[in-house]
Amino acid sequence: MTADDLQVVGLTLGTAALSTLLIFPFGVALAWLLARKKWPGKSLVETVVALPLVMPPVATGLILLNLLGRHGPIGVFMQNIFGAEIVFTWKAVVAAMAVMSFPFLVRTARIAFEEVDPRLEQLARTLGAKPARVFMTITLPLASRGMIAGAVWAFARALGEFGATILVAGNIPGRTTVMSVAIFSDIQLGNDGHAYQLLGISAVLAFAAILFSNQFSKWGATR
Amino acid sequence: MLCRCVIFVLLMSQFHASAGEIEVFAAASLTDALKEIASTYEKSGGDHVVFNFAASNTLDMQIKAGAPADIFFSADEAKMDDLEKAGLIDKETRKDILTNSLVIVVASDSPAVFTSASQLTDSKFKKIALGQPDSVPAGIYAKQYLQKIGIWDQIAPRVIPVESVRAALAAVETGNTDVGIVYKTDALHSKKVKIAREVPSSEGPVIAYPAALVQGSKQAADAKKFLDYLREPASLKTFEKYGFITKG
Repeated sequence: MTADDLQVVGLTLGTAALSTLLIFPFGVALAWLLARKKWPGKSLVETVVALPLVMPPVATGLILLNLLGRHGPIGVFMQNIFGAEIVFTWKAVVAAMAVMSFPFLVRTARIAFEEVDPRLEQLARTLGAKPARVFMTITLPLASRGMIAGAVWAFARALGEFGATILVAGNIPGRTTVMSVAIFSDIQLGNDGHAYQLLGISAVLAFAAILFSNQFSKWGATR
Repeated sequence: MLCRCVIFVLLMSQFHASAGEIEVFAAASLTDALKEIASTYEKSGGDHVVFNFAASNTLDMQIKAGAPADIFFSADEAKMDDLEKAGLIDKETRKDILTNSLVIVVASDSPAVFTSASQLTDSKFKKIALGQPDSVPAGIYAKQYLQKIGIWDQIAPRVIPVESVRAALAAVETGNTDVGIVYKTDALHSKKVKIAREVPSSEGPVIAYPAALVQGSKQAADAKKFLDYLREPASLKTFEKYGFITKG
């Protein structure tokens, strides 16, 4: 692996990790609201969150580009408040990954909350526990495996994100070129050998993530 | 591990958008040649050059959305025309730097012999790979040419439109299509295809790679220097090394 390859792998892992950390609290909160509460606009929110799963990633990228760009509402806001440009920086990479992987986290965590037996929560309530305590000591621990599984899914999805990323972050070597984009570039240029090398590294990373996720659920199951 | 990665990313941010840097949005096919030229330019005391490499239509879309580009180097005139119409490039600085030609390719072991492009109408060519004829430049050029020689309507049902000129080449290389139309530079790159016929420049469309300054560049004067550098003999030689045909 050359220094350039290391940089690409490091950037990809770093942005994917940051994206997963950023969406985790919001994703878990939304998953709980969707699993346990009835509220107006619930199905609308559900649909919007699922949109990146069904829309072509390039279309999501175009929407992000127009929202986060120099003329876009979020882009202008960030420029005015923080003086920070988002598009064509690593921040855009994180934004694209976050939006594309969010549904994976929410769906998996939601199922985890739904599978927590409500009778256990009711039991705790009858023994005098306040709702917050029930949530922290019963619901959250029982759903934790599913939440982590959702985070691993989201992380894996972020590692492979391409369509939205190339539009909103571009392919700037050393700055925004993540693994998927580097592989695409190599194929475009006919550097198939290098494309396969990067592909090999991706496969190892994916394997490691799945292994981690499996080990984690085993550990959880025998606890 | 996770934390270390995050810190790494945050450190990366410091490298963004420092002064004295030129951002060049260039067609993906130019990647290797331009990286080499930029490194020579920097060594000879020029500014640091940062690239964004993608398909020309993607770059076109990004510049329209306000991307911070100083120079646009397109693989086709149409995308440059599009930005010129939108008033987003400085048309005084627009120059064609490279040219290319279309070739008909077949797999290296194919017995097919072409004496004229009209032979594409032969029914033994069941699948013909082209770049998407309404968005990929190589495909647009190929369609123009086939229309000009009057065989497009006949062969259109057998055309397999693909996502890029590279994909068209790969389709022929892997034997998934019988024949393809690609750029000469791409065909020369591959050992698994052979050029069955080159479209003569007198018959084919004019294929040029124009470059220009983007309107609103914060460092127009410095960017102009690099733009001029692209047309100096040393740079042209590098382009030729990578198979491009330079414009004298």
